[in-house]
Amino acid sequence: MAVTPSQILAVTGNEAVAEAMRQIDPDVVCAYPITPQTEVVQIYAQFVADGKVATEFVTVESEHSAMSAVIGSAAGGARTMTATSSQGFALMWEVLFVAASYRLPVVMTTVNRALSGPINIHCDHSDTMGGRDTGWIQLYGENHQEAYDNCIQCIRIAEHMDVRTPAMHMLDGYVISGAIGPLQMLTKEQVQAFIGPYHATNPMLDTKNPVTVGPFDGLHGWYFEHKVAQNRAMDRALKVIQDVADEYAELSGRQYGLLDPYRLEDAEIAIVVVGSTAGTTRMVVDKLRDQGVKAGMVRVRAFRPFPHEAYAKALEHVKVVGVMDRADSFGAQGGPVFLEVRAALYDSDPRPQVLPFIYGLGGRDIFPDNIEQAFAELQKAARSKKRVSSERRYLNLRKD
Amino acid sequence: MTVEKKAGAKKPAPLKKPRAKKPAARKPTWDVSDIDTWGPERHELGAVIIEAGNSVFNETGGWRSEVPVIDTEKCDGCMLCYFFCPDASIVIEDGKAVGIDLEHCKGCGICARECPTTAIAMKHDEKE
Repeated sequence: MAVTPSQILAVTGNEAVAEAMRQIDPDVVCAYPITPQTEVVQIYAQFVADGKVATEFVTVESEHSAMSAVIGSAAGGARTMTATSSQGFALMWEVLFVAASYRLPVVMTTVNRALSGPINIHCDHSDTMGGRDTGWIQLYGENHQEAYDNCIQCIRIAEHMDVRTPAMHMLDGYVISGAIGPLQMLTKEQVQAFIGPYHATNPMLDTKNPVTVGPFDGLHGWYFEHKVAQNRAMDRALKVIQDVADEYAELSGRQYGLLDPYRLEDAEIAIVVVGSTAGTTRMVVDKLRDQGVKAGMVRVRAFRPFPHEAYAKALEHVKVVGVMDRADSFGAQGGPVFLEVRAALYDSDPRPQVLPFIYGLGGRDIFPDNIEQAFAELQKAARSKKRVSSERRYLNLRKD
Repeated sequence: MTVEKKAGAKKPAPLKKPRAKKPAARKPTWDVSDIDTWGPERHELGAVIIEAGNSVFNETGGWRSEVPVIDTEKCDGCMLCYFFCPDASIVIEDGKAVGIDLEHCKGCGICARECPTTAIAMKHDEKE
């Protein structure tokens, strides 16, 4: 698809999300502003005030209320969206499980930010990594364009009848949300045709067919079976995410997958990374390749469901894999992504070494030098006759 | 629906034909690929209840530890137990309390407390 420079806009990541939401034009948005997501809610409220969307905008007093209102709205039968960050995400936490278990196809943008304390407003992935077992689909985006593209695709994924599970998509706080980057938009007509009309399942506002939502199921009920059904929907979501991405590629010319490999075919060492740091990592991979080092990279896109078979296939020929986590799981063997990748490679023969790296907590800068240090560590492990220690390596830790 | 037989109560007409109470015994299996078909109505997406009055076939009395026993000789037909019972589990015949619907009685004891003639006593529920 030919693109002229005039079709490329310069926007913040938050603007990209707000524009995607404008084109989706959901029935209801219930949201509470929080740094660094505030701009999404602010811009969208302006769209509502200016009559650019038909959305009912529900202002609430907290994120707990935001997610609760979202559940009421979605159970009522409306296509519903919201957005949050960090502490707001944490405050939503108990209600996130409810949205997922009611199988409400809500779509939420989460702008990744560190969790207190110490109080910190900058980017890391602690917030949504802490919500990885809430039953929501999680797609992590890399840049402005993907924030827009993922937002639109999430509608189709969440609402697909094989899935019917809420979906959240992420963008890095400030690095993407507040910084200006390039964006190519579809037209509103294209977006509307792509997402199609919303079909609610057993909506509460269908008064001719009354239903009860959220009944007690705790004695001799079917709670366990409902949880199994949720997990099976996650399994099916893998195919749906790929199918929706393929269909979106035909429309936009931009192809996405469950994961995003880079120069991996003949790689001996590789890094797995989430979010905007992938851009810097690609640059480092190119530099190392110029020096004759067989380096590669995988960027995580779908984290829930986690496509473990795809990771095993993509990485089984690699000697040493480094996983860069921008969140930690205190007391575990490594960060959340490390744990997944290491488990995914357990059945591979020969089994690659997988080393955990922690970086960027609370918005600590990650420089190309730091990623080169990580690759150097992987090279050292690849040359070593013995397996090296799999303790955490911290990138750009202060020592002053 | 069954009621306490000792009291000699008639079986009230069910609102709807009761379904099989328990899923058929199945062999232990690791295959859950057809889980959506296990107990079809019980697996509505998101545990939504789409049928009104489903407690007719969903037993809700299973967590009872005490059970009310009616002395029909003492009952003077005031109907207080009937009106107070939160689960509509008192069976009335010819204006008198004659039995308890044990599939829905949760053993709360309100009937025994309200009965002005002490015709209802709570007894330890012997589970079979």
